[in-house]
Amino acid sequence: MTPTVSDNTMKETTLKTNLPDPSGHYGQFGGRYVPETLMPALVELEAEYEKARLDPLFQEELDYYLEKYVGRATPLFRADRLSATLGRGCRVYLKREDLAHTGAHKINNTMGQALLAKRIGKPRVIAETGAGQHGVATATACALLGLECEVFMGEEDVERQKLNVFRMELLGAKVTTVMCGSRTLKDATSEAFRDWMARCEDTHYIVGSVVGPHPFPMIVRDFQAVIGVESRAQILEAEGRLPDAVVACVGGGSNAMGIFHPFRDDASVKLIGVEAAGFGINTQQHAASIGGGQIGVFHGAKIYVLQTEDGQITPAHSISAGLDYPGTGPEHGYLSASGRASYESVTDEESLEGVKLLCLTEGIIPALETAHAIAHLHKVVAELPEGALIILCLSGRGDKDVFSIAKGIGREL
Amino acid sequence: MGSLPIFVIDADPLAEFSWGKIESAKNPPLTSPTESAISRCFADLKARGERALVTFLTAGFPTLDHTPELLDALVAGGADVIEVGVPFSDPVADGPTIQKAGAEALAAGTTMEGILDCVRAFRTRHATPIVLFGAYNPFFHYGIERFVRDAAAAGVNGLLIPDLPLEESEEVLPMARAAGLDLIFLVAPPTPLERKRLICEKSSGFVYYISVRGVTGARASAHFQLEKPLGELREVTDLPIAVGFGISQPEQAAEVAALADGVVVGSGIIDLISKHRDSPDLMEKVSAYCRSLKDAMADCERLG
Repeated sequence: MTPTVSDNTMKETTLKTNLPDPSGHYGQFGGRYVPETLMPALVELEAEYEKARLDPLFQEELDYYLEKYVGRATPLFRADRLSATLGRGCRVYLKREDLAHTGAHKINNTMGQALLAKRIGKPRVIAETGAGQHGVATATACALLGLECEVFMGEEDVERQKLNVFRMELLGAKVTTVMCGSRTLKDATSEAFRDWMARCEDTHYIVGSVVGPHPFPMIVRDFQAVIGVESRAQILEAEGRLPDAVVACVGGGSNAMGIFHPFRDDASVKLIGVEAAGFGINTQQHAASIGGGQIGVFHGAKIYVLQTEDGQITPAHSISAGLDYPGTGPEHGYLSASGRASYESVTDEESLEGVKLLCLTEGIIPALETAHAIAHLHKVVAELPEGALIILCLSGRGDKDVFSIAKGIGREL
Repeated sequence: MGSLPIFVIDADPLAEFSWGKIESAKNPPLTSPTESAISRCFADLKARGERALVTFLTAGFPTLDHTPELLDALVAGGADVIEVGVPFSDPVADGPTIQKAGAEALAAGTTMEGILDCVRAFRTRHATPIVLFGAYNPFFHYGIERFVRDAAAAGVNGLLIPDLPLEESEEVLPMARAAGLDLIFLVAPPTPLERKRLICEKSSGFVYYISVRGVTGARASAHFQLEKPLGELREVTDLPIAVGFGISQPEQAAEVAALADGVVVGSGIIDLISKHRDSPDLMEKVSAYCRSLKDAMADCERLG
């Protein structure tokens, strides 16, 4: 059977900047494909978020925690030795999200959403997690604000990421092992939605990326946009001009959306997302939803997703647990279809080269997720004119990945 | 510092978004609902003072080879409408029982084409209305226009897609109606009254009321508080109302039948198949179970 792909090749013709539209769509992407039980909860969340967003007191409270607790603004660091190694007179700046509390950008979102949960009056918070980073960031924000926290995690990930399970438990969260499906992130996400369906009156679901039904992709983007807002101001101060390119890794796509968003009306700035090609985008084992997937409806939104010719979702593969998700947020689908952003991919093996490159030139061990973006810099530099100015979102630190990195390069610890 | 990007949305979404905003008059039914096989089925039952037993079966569970005989067993047991579950890899709305059945069906190689073949063969044996029930993506991926055509040609009478709420239904509804398929919508306990009205205006065949919050699945102690929500529903629609989620015992079916036009039983049937899958009496047991539900529903009416 030949799947009908007419929908999947449709291009967005005009770039709209006030997205999502009131129904939660980004062009043909997004929306809220959820059971009726969740619709009133999503509408309530959208209304409450809208009130919070426009409330100066909420903004003030969030700013306070972002500065004093998360450690913002994070530095924009000029990486001279990395730039020299890449050549062509380029100047690469690193947006140091790895220096945020808990070691990655994830806390920007969980801090904002936990404050939102508290404001709405939901005493219980749930979250899904793959590698455990979003789970730890959620448990952290909940501990800080005194919210009950339960994190859903696939059985396979619980095994692979024991350290993060313990971290979450130390922070007072309950970690629930998910035994269904492929027992990884996508199944943990499904289970979190099931829990929310049963308990949305007293529970807020902190979705960890720019995925899921509206308004989640918008809320997560807005809370992560602090990365781009800071970066834009910092580069203008340091260089007196906008960058030629902004590069970020893309799994669900929250760090990329966060840094892209404030640049999206700056037409001269190329936005480049780097997906995980796993063993290769032509194999069945990768996580490049835009590069190798098709448009489908998954976890409540119309997005690019890896699927079979019968419309069943296929598990993703990446050396990086944070990119190991078969879908990418709806706004990335829109940015790709409209041509505003481009999406490339990097294999497991290449990402390990990215790790080494940053370790040896700048003394920073990057997360494996981030390493995908680093590994792609060679190509970005080669395609831009000499002297290009580039910002790379250094989304997280690599301490959590040392065992995977060692395994990847054939070292036993 | 971390200012929320107030500049990104220039319209207040809430100003635009209210339940009433979803225009109800935009899509009048293309075919009169009373003409569909499902509507006729409910009308005939009502004329006889009966309630509909709506049975759910995951297609391809345990394998697609079992499905034709199991469908026959449901009919023999008195099923008035059959929901054929289309398995999906990531079924967010399903409880453990139907999740497992779906996973097994997929592992056994069940495909949408195989399911349609099954329905096509069923249609040569029975007139019982068939509703395909499943997550949206397999339908979407097939291509909606092609799908509704193929499904109608195979003898499918309706579609029930839990993750296609009112707001997203425009991409399916006109095509389904044009192909003569009922699109059946769900109403849940938290659905506000005005929204119930809008949902019922789009639904045809019947409207499905979810009796409990959360996912599908048998609940031994489920207590159904249906008077108020079904009363509200009756105020906004003349469509038959079927109630499902959590009903597995004959007494529960009787309790629900006292107020609803149809009773949906799913996980109870799947549990029974799981338990007796290797038994030579499997089909008889499935029929007997349906019969016990149908009889209990009839008793209740006599009491009523």
